[in-house]
Amino acid sequence: MTAEPTRGPRRLTRAPRAAQGVGVSVARPDGTLKVTGEFAYASDMWHEDMLWGHTLRSPHAHARVLSIDIAAALAVPGVYAVLTHDDLPTSQTRYGLECLDTPVLADGVVRHHGEPVALVAADHPETARRAAARIAVDYEPLPVVHDEATALADDAPVLHPHRDDHHAPHVRHPNIVHRQPVRRGDPDAAAARADVIVTGTYTVGMQDQAFLGPESGLAVPAEDGGVDLYVATQWLHSDLRQIAPVLGLPEDKVRMTLSGVGGAFGGREDLSMQIHGCLLALRTGKPVKMVYDRFQSFFGHVHRHPATLWYEHGATREGLLTHMRCRIVLDGGAYASSSPAVVGNAASLSAGPYVVDHVDIEALALYTNNPPCGAMRGFGAVQACFAYESQMDKLAAELGLDPVEFRRRNAMSQGSRLPTGQVVDAPAPVAELLRRVKALPLPPERQWETAGAAPDVRALPGGLSNTTHGEGVVRGVGYAVGIKNVGFSEGFDDYSTARVRLEVAGGEPVATVHTAAAEVGQGGVTVQAQIVRTELGVQQVTIQPADTRVGSAGSTSASRQTYMTGGAVRHTCEAIRERVLALGRARFGGTHPAWEHAELLLEDGKVVTEAGEVLAALADVLDGQAIDIEQEFRHRPTQPFDRMTGQGFGHVQYSFAAHRAVVEVDTELGLVKVVELACAQDVGKAVNPQAVAGQIQGGTVQGLGLAVMEEILVGPDAKVRNPSFTDYLIPTILDTPTLPVDILELADHHAPYGLRGAGEAPTLSSTPAVVSAIRAATGRALTRVPVRPEHITDTP
Amino acid sequence: MRVTLTVNGRRHQADDVWEGESLLYVLRERLGLPGSKNACEQGECGSCTVRLDDVPVCSCLVAAGQAQDRDVVTVEGLADPGTGLAPVQQAFLDAGAVQCGFCTPGLLVATDDLLRHCPQPTDADIREALSGNLCRCTGYEKILDAVRLAAARSGETAGER
Ligand code: FES
Ligand code: FES
Repeated sequence: MTAEPTRGPRRLTRAPRAAQGVGVSVARPDGTLKVTGEFAYASDMWHEDMLWGHTLRSPHAHARVLSIDIAAALAVPGVYAVLTHDDLPTSQTRYGLECLDTPVLADGVVRHHGEPVALVAADHPETARRAAARIAVDYEPLPVVHDEATALADDAPVLHPHRDDHHAPHVRHPNIVHRQPVRRGDPDAAAARADVIVTGTYTVGMQDQAFLGPESGLAVPAEDGGVDLYVATQWLHSDLRQIAPVLGLPEDKVRMTLSGVGGAFGGREDLSMQIHGCLLALRTGKPVKMVYDRFQSFFGHVHRHPATLWYEHGATREGLLTHMRCRIVLDGGAYASSSPAVVGNAASLSAGPYVVDHVDIEALALYTNNPPCGAMRGFGAVQACFAYESQMDKLAAELGLDPVEFRRRNAMSQGSRLPTGQVVDAPAPVAELLRRVKALPLPPERQWETAGAAPDVRALPGGLSNTTHGEGVVRGVGYAVGIKNVGFSEGFDDYSTARVRLEVAGGEPVATVHTAAAEVGQGGVTVQAQIVRTELGVQQVTIQPADTRVGSAGSTSASRQTYMTGGAVRHTCEAIRERVLALGRARFGGTHPAWEHAELLLEDGKVVTEAGEVLAALADVLDGQAIDIEQEFRHRPTQPFDRMTGQGFGHVQYSFAAHRAVVEVDTELGLVKVVELACAQDVGKAVNPQAVAGQIQGGTVQGLGLAVMEEILVGPDAKVRNPSFTDYLIPTILDTPTLPVDILELADHHAPYGLRGAGEAPTLSSTPAVVSAIRAATGRALTRVPVRPEHITDTP
Repeated sequence: MRVTLTVNGRRHQADDVWEGESLLYVLRERLGLPGSKNACEQGECGSCTVRLDDVPVCSCLVAAGQAQDRDVVTVEGLADPGTGLAPVQQAFLDAGAVQCGFCTPGLLVATDDLLRHCPQPTDADIREALSGNLCRCTGYEKILDAVRLAAARSGETAGER
């Protein structure tokens, strides 16, 4: 494996100094617009004469569509179009991220509750909703498959009988999307050496991304027969690749621009309203805006895979792991989405950040009639982390060891080998992260007690419900650590493109950056500008809107954008610097010997030597010329996992975080108050420390949500019970504790600036740390998340 | 129907309003003030928080007709056009309390209201006052920082006076 991606320009040995550059907590360039209310989110788009689109969705989880009568809907005044599967313009009527299995509109069968069946465009959103309610659909319900037993029964209804994806020939049942074993060493022999063996079966509920800005976009038909689409998404070019063929248009006739994105967390990696909005716009010849309400949003995007995980670990009396066996069953729901990649992650990371040489691992995803599941922050590693960390606690208890000490003895470090055979060739400070969270002072006990006065119930479990004044309240402390891959894996050609322009305006050098990277809130636009300031030594940097006029930036997911689009911006800036220096040598080479010999930098609008001597002003070197370069950047290549053994250099980079949770539990009512949730994470290099801390805190709280409250409830009829913020609860500021953050910066020399993708790792270990703390407080086994009061009180 | 109301100090009139429309819809789609956000339309998220006659409300739950002849302040009305950003807005920026920003307009209106009534809130006060405003990105820690910062700065200026 090559150690470094191939690059043209030379790498500097001394980092340039730049105000507002890399390593500084620079303010967001979009911040002012966001606090004044002027920032244009996708749902804020407005066009003269625009119509409103609405989606009619299936009330059944599995049914044949016998007929659809749209006459009554079309007759509603103000309705401009009603579309069904029969109106699709080409023979390609399906799309998908990895498998083309998702119908644009139901074609004869619906496979999950909420599947899109018909579309309406009208002059008012309420008119569109009412018209949709007048579409008469005749369904014949079919039997549903909703778990492993029903999906893999011999006589189970096959959800995709004609599938021809590349995993299809390798699965033993057509309702298995993909299966990945990982085998290494001799687990049977190793098990014989174990002094203790613990097993457990763990369950993870279906979590929702619950980004606050619902799916939205505006499609505007163009004179040339194409369409301009303004949309909130995570990956413009992946959308484009899926949209154009079903519209029957070449890709250059579908022009996409990113509009303001109100959070994503994986939930915008699949298409939602994109094709629907374009179809309505092309049909009516008018701009069409679609804005999902929260109900539509719960049905409009994939969720985190619910999972059942069986684990067996063995260890010696000395506290060293002997072997691990596990079986991870992920429910992929009705369509594949990114299930195959989630399976790859779950399988390859199932042992966690521990050294265990003998493993027998199997992970698979099912097709069921449950809601489709795909990308959510943590992507397969979250489910595994809850299971292996629960096992670590169980083993430590069995051995009479402190849980942190037991983890330390087995923690991986740089040079350790993963179950896939891949050697971790960058810092892996697993033990150090645990040590750091453990060393933090504990929050004071009984914080609800106030001098002389009545207890402050806001500091107690149950809060303002006033359910206890401290009686029955027990504290518990728990730890967990996790491992997440960064970037796209398994041989995927993962690249990002950046275009940078350097010119002089008003006597000042200015840079303009153009990428297709989706800013979803994480602060990509901030770090792009920081990188340009550092590399080119200019202060004024403009970030252009992301669109498809520039090459792909890949997805804003997999913790990859600072590494990849940040890397592409840096890579392009290096090429610009070379060009500047060539110009400078041509113009001023004779004036100073340093032009030929020394390593030159761009700092503060000038060309300077390493020692800081000024050779020329950028404005004089450019002399009215602009330098404009677009380049792609790739991380080092990865390999697919072997289908039988799971061996392979599958991942680019690993990211580690550890948590300590302190909880107080009202043991009588089963109510939990998380008092503090501390995180230590290695980010390689904090390009923007404030933004990194924000990622860690946000990810930590999503993990807390999964631990104690968040679950989409799906019945055995495969129908969703709680598609609203009234019934699907995400943490409020009252549910959230203080979140101390300790950021470690151990450089990964394969990555730009040594950075490590940071967005996902904190979502992994947060959940098991909280559950571990609840176990410590209650003595309950707690094998399922989210933990509900009845699991603690043991009352049905 | 026709609805007449004052928003951020200016008289506005909206015609052809359907009776079922919310104040939020009228602000966003009829008066060209999309700063207030719609993340649930159920009174659960607080993204649509505005001040209605000096009381913070979820504008998604207020029928447009109920706002007739009343006084509304939205996020667009927090900054003083003469002096730039309001102190709460500046504090949110400085503390890093804005990520995607979809929750921000509602949180700013709610914070502004808190600090009017309680200029030096404790952490428990802040958490209680903002418990109706969901944020999915930040984990709230930097939102707390922002409110503390705004309160501290206003304490300083009060002290100088
Ligand atoms: S949109 Fe009004 S409370 Fe959520
Ligand atoms: S910043 Fe995204 S919801 Fe709060």
